[in-house]
Amino acid sequence: MISPRAPQPDENPAGIHLPLDPLPGHTSRGRLERVLRRGEFAVTTELNPPDSADPEDVYNRAKIFDGWVDAINAVDASGANCHMSSVGICALLTRMGYAPIMQIACRDRNRIAIQGDVLGGAAMGVANMLCLTGDGVQAGDQPGAKPVFDLDCMSLLETIRVMRDNGKFLSGRKLTTPPQLFLGAAINPFAPPYDFRPHRLGKKIAAGAQFVQSQYCFDVPMFRTYMQRVRDLGYTEKVFVLCGVGPLASAKTAKWIRSNVPGIHIPDAIIKRLEGAQDQKKEGKQLCIDIIDEVKEIPGVSGIHVMAYRQEEYVAEIVDESGVLKGRQPWKREARADDRMVADRLESILKDDITETQVDMVKTAH
Amino acid sequence: MDSTRPKSETASTTAKGPAGTDAALPPAAPEGVTQASVVKKTAPKSDYKPADVSPQRRVQRSFAVRLWSIRHSRLLEWFYSRFADAFLMLHPLWKGIGYGRVEGPVKFIEKRVKGFMFDCRMCGQCILSSTGMSCPMNCPKQLRNGPCGGVRANGNCEVEPDMPCVWVKAWEGSRNMQRGDSILNVQKPVDQSLRETSAWLRVTAQAAAAKEAAKAGAV
Repeated sequence: MISPRAPQPDENPAGIHLPLDPLPGHTSRGRLERVLRRGEFAVTTELNPPDSADPEDVYNRAKIFDGWVDAINAVDASGANCHMSSVGICALLTRMGYAPIMQIACRDRNRIAIQGDVLGGAAMGVANMLCLTGDGVQAGDQPGAKPVFDLDCMSLLETIRVMRDNGKFLSGRKLTTPPQLFLGAAINPFAPPYDFRPHRLGKKIAAGAQFVQSQYCFDVPMFRTYMQRVRDLGYTEKVFVLCGVGPLASAKTAKWIRSNVPGIHIPDAIIKRLEGAQDQKKEGKQLCIDIIDEVKEIPGVSGIHVMAYRQEEYVAEIVDESGVLKGRQPWKREARADDRMVADRLESILKDDITETQVDMVKTAH
Repeated sequence: MDSTRPKSETASTTAKGPAGTDAALPPAAPEGVTQASVVKKTAPKSDYKPADVSPQRRVQRSFAVRLWSIRHSRLLEWFYSRFADAFLMLHPLWKGIGYGRVEGPVKFIEKRVKGFMFDCRMCGQCILSSTGMSCPMNCPKQLRNGPCGGVRANGNCEVEPDMPCVWVKAWEGSRNMQRGDSILNVQKPVDQSLRETSAWLRVTAQAAAAKEAAKAGAV
């Protein structure tokens, strides 16, 4: 017989694709804000966007993270390379009950397009949005594109905050239903000007950031110093900081990233450790777990953001082996009890070759 | 992917047939190579190759004057406040002649002076005093609220590897200034409709209006 599915935390009983009940003090009706505000250590990750028009590609890539992460970032043409749009990915993910974080980059769209996308995304059930400036177009595979940069990450945050809290567009025109959103931003403590970086986080909080995800952290002492400054300025009470981590595939990849991807700081010690290892891929994963072990103890860190580009299969292992969830299981996509009943019933009709007479049916019904 | 597809299957929506052939596109990248590097490699070669990436950098080849201005941000801050007062005192004159009529000559001077000193881009809403006398419109991303995450370890720009990051310099400049902490204010997005207009005249007219409003309030 079908055992009814155990109720999962942070799920609307009327349907997994529906927004959660509003809670006091919460600005969104999503799962990530609930996890963070409950004080649980949150885990987010990034979905590698497909170069395809097939929704199954998105579902298959999201399935890898099932039961291991609290939210999934839908990137907006990261590195200025064209992929499926973040709005599209979010629309697909929310249908299946996932909690996507919609990334919005200012590189490709002006303020008119962005405000429209914010409403569209929110209407489709997106509860979290991450405001980014975006990489320059010269970094991507279409360097001849026009760089827009109409807003910057700060004015984008403020624009969406005003839409949410004041129910108005930038022009002052009223929204009939404002979006309910949990607003995020990015931080990079590993790039100059180092003194300014903590103040920049303060600016982002003033503009509306409620959570921040950091760039890849490979230099824990540097991150610790940054967090110390941020705590001294009192910002950790106003914002949830998620530390960005990820496995390096090999010493060669690490060197390539260091010289080709601006903004990622990889100390020499990390590369030496990878070079010295027998199995570099395994060492890269272990290194990531070791970094998580250190950063999770830093006061003010509310979670981690695991970026495992093209190594997505390792996310579950990294989260599991680092033990950051402390036995908690994030929301997992499972068939509802009634769905499963229908599926089982259909299965038996199709597979089991039973010819029942009306008399038999009445007998089994009693 | 496209190159492996048989030509006969190429669907076309025009009567003439496919608009462009695959030959016009760079080949798909093999495993382990990014498409971006393939695009760079297959770009048509010519003797003339522009040295810089962004128009911001191409307009201004040398940073000597810009960097001098940032080093002397304190002096310029002092000078500008005197200058702004003088401009405000001349408000009756501007009003008498008509702001519309003086716009041409004032803009001519403003563009050249600020262009020489700061590599000004005439956004029309100058925030130099909030950015340590480093013009944020020289940032290839035109950021007005601080540095992006791509600043190189040596403090240079992600887009233009030999240009010092505008915002690294802005932070240094602001530390010398008396009201340098205004770099911490969140700036509104640029109003693109004010490009190529005079920020001096706008600030003066606004200050004069504020002064009159204060006077009216006091009486």
